Amino acid sequence: MNRIISKKQLSAEVFRIEVEAPLIARERRAGQFIIVQVDDTFGERIPLTIADADPERGTITLIFQTVGRTTHLLANMNPGDTVPALLGPLGTPTHIENFGHVVCVGGGIGVAPLHPIAQALKAAGNRLTIIMGARNQSLLILEDEMRALADDLIIVTDDGSRGRKALVTAPLKELCEQDPKPDLAVVIGPPIMMKFGAETTRPYGVPTVVSLNTIMVDGTGMCGGCRVTVGGETKFVCVDGPEFDGHQVDFDNMMKRLRAYKSREDADHHACHLQLEADKRAAG
Amino acid sequence: MSHTTPAQLHHAATAKLAEIRASGKPLTAKDRAAIPPQEMPSQDPDVRRGNMNEVALGYSPEQTQLEAERCLRCKNAPCVSGCPVRIDIPAFVKAAAEARFDDSAAIIRNASLLPAVCGRVCPQESQCQAPCTLGKILKDVNKSVAIGRIERFVADLQRESGKLEILAVKPPTGRKVAVIGSGPASITVAADVRREGHDVTIFEAFHKPGGVLVYGIPEFRLPKAIVQQEIDALLAMGVKLETNYVIGRTRKLRDLLEQDGFDAVFVGTGAGLPKFMGIEGENLVGVFSANEYLTRSNLMRAYDRAQAHTPIYPSRQVAVLGGGNVAMDAARTALRLGADEVHLIYRRTEQEMPARVEEVGHAREEGVIFHMLQNAKRIFGDDDGCVRAIECLRYELGEPDASGRRRPVELKESEFVMEMDTVIVAIGNESNPLIRQTTTGLKVDKYGRIVVDETGQTSLDAVYAGGDIVLGAATVILAMGEGRRAAAAINARLANP
Repeated sequence: MNRIISKKQLSAEVFRIEVEAPLIARERRAGQFIIVQVDDTFGERIPLTIADADPERGTITLIFQTVGRTTHLLANMNPGDTVPALLGPLGTPTHIENFGHVVCVGGGIGVAPLHPIAQALKAAGNRLTIIMGARNQSLLILEDEMRALADDLIIVTDDGSRGRKALVTAPLKELCEQDPKPDLAVVIGPPIMMKFGAETTRPYGVPTVVSLNTIMVDGTGMCGGCRVTVGGETKFVCVDGPEFDGHQVDFDNMMKRLRAYKSREDADHHACHLQLEADKRAAG
Repeated sequence: MSHTTPAQLHHAATAKLAEIRASGKPLTAKDRAAIPPQEMPSQDPDVRRGNMNEVALGYSPEQTQLEAERCLRCKNAPCVSGCPVRIDIPAFVKAAAEARFDDSAAIIRNASLLPAVCGRVCPQESQCQAPCTLGKILKDVNKSVAIGRIERFVADLQRESGKLEILAVKPPTGRKVAVIGSGPASITVAADVRREGHDVTIFEAFHKPGGVLVYGIPEFRLPKAIVQQEIDALLAMGVKLETNYVIGRTRKLRDLLEQDGFDAVFVGTGAGLPKFMGIEGENLVGVFSANEYLTRSNLMRAYDRAQAHTPIYPSRQVAVLGGGNVAMDAARTALRLGADEVHLIYRRTEQEMPARVEEVGHAREEGVIFHMLQNAKRIFGDDDGCVRAIECLRYELGEPDASGRRRPVELKESEFVMEMDTVIVAIGNESNPLIRQTTTGLKVDKYGRIVVDETGQTSLDAVYAGGDIVLGAATVILAMGEGRRAAAAINARLANP
């Protein structure tokens, strides 16, 4: 269990690993996540998206960006290594039905959680327009996988190095202005992008689902560290979410809460990068 | 602050005990009542607030005997009725007085599986020690026979001397029982059911077993090595343990019965959904549930800053809201993590506090500042969304409410503001929704607690429940009692194929 089968670096700071986890692979549904720990005594518990799963082979695919200590250590693990702790699948699965025309918007690493949702929506008979965005071409992930699911695929980059030079909100707005407008938007990415994605669809009354990735400890409702304000009420991302009505989420509060341990995270990030450099030199 | 050292307490007890023994006469009730109550040796408050080591150090053998000699040996033994698992208290106390410590421990073990734990965390003053005749005579429940401290001594002696016997297990029956959660109720069920020869698997969502004993209660009150020893004893009996396995998600409860071949399931998932006050500013950065704060420090070991990957918020001025054991644990943890000031805010008085008297005393000795008859009204943040201050209201006590405690009534326009950078909310838990949301037909009450009959069975056949998921937030010993009851019902069920 928990053995890493394969590993691929997708961009400078984004990695994809495939892990043997037959129970999670069997039960997981679109929209769910896992909690991972790289050391079961001193490790931190962090939530990661399940980007894909293969129940036949009993594997799940995780895609993550190296941000704090755990993700750096995970990026340093190799095929054959065992991930010490993996809990899941957690969170309420995505509500899937045939809505009609769905716009799926993925920003940066947000394409990873979007992928299984797009898969499920496609399987339910929806027409999918997929908008993928990143700061530049090298940060675009899962393009082939998303192209395979999309009826229309729109790629944007901040610097125009690939696709249109625009933010994801530009094509999203254009789609909302069409008649008929989309029946649903699913917007997943950095909090600031989800905030503006939701603001883009709001005036058109297009229902908008976002998937939140907050700080968690247990991931089962016990700690409340992941709480967010949705429609004026406190909700727990781990059990009430991770998906919520994007028009109701207080993104400003959520973004502040995400920075609670920023100084520690920056220090770890820095230290881990130095370590990675040192390792490279030693190996090289 | 004057602190009596363990050595001083030990020498005083030794001298007194020698004096009693030298007289050679049997003790009269009057003699017994005149023996001074034995203080629990503890780490010096000034030292311990800088470490995570256990605060209460335990009696010496002489202190134990002397304290046990205080017992009046009442015929009606009112203490036993105060114990949720009906330990034969007069018998084990008498054995301890006679220095027959192994016998004493064996008597306790007949009724309780976790004496080293209960001796530390039971609220004795509201259970066995509440009806104690000696306490009544001396008109102070805190001068009752220190039953819990005697229990702790004999249990520790048995543990430390390696005399803890692995419970005998009957030949395999081929029947399988799933136990969900690994806290005190589940540990009890696992042991009692396994003893009958059934195959038992514990499913734990966290990466370490022990439940609230591990994530909730801090090391300085209950050393984790003691919990681990109890878990090791279960594993030695052949109980299987699956960590990182959350029933309701990794596997549905019904699947255990319908597909995985389990003949019965016990749900002991605890009260794991923290309550918040519902006040303005509660989602600011720096506001934590006590569950989160304690889990980061205890289970994730964030107090060990050099080794732990899990961060804990750097706090200088901390407000803890609540008056229970969890509030005390959070306040004392914050001190140990380096806070300059820790303020405990409770809307009634110390009289009504649900926390153990010993913990309240320890917290006060360590420098926690108590604010009685006050409650938080809102929390103010700075431009970064971090806690800056807390606004409180003053209260007075009115008529008794449904719980029998006098109801706090707010004093109009009594608001005042205290600067804080951290607020820890310790006002209790609701029941975790995972199992009930993913198990159709499982009956729960309006608080989400699982409804059980007098045997511990739920509305679903072969599914039993106990502990905080049934009781709401209660105690370790009550959870154990519930586990005993459910285990008996499960064993009876499986005895008739």
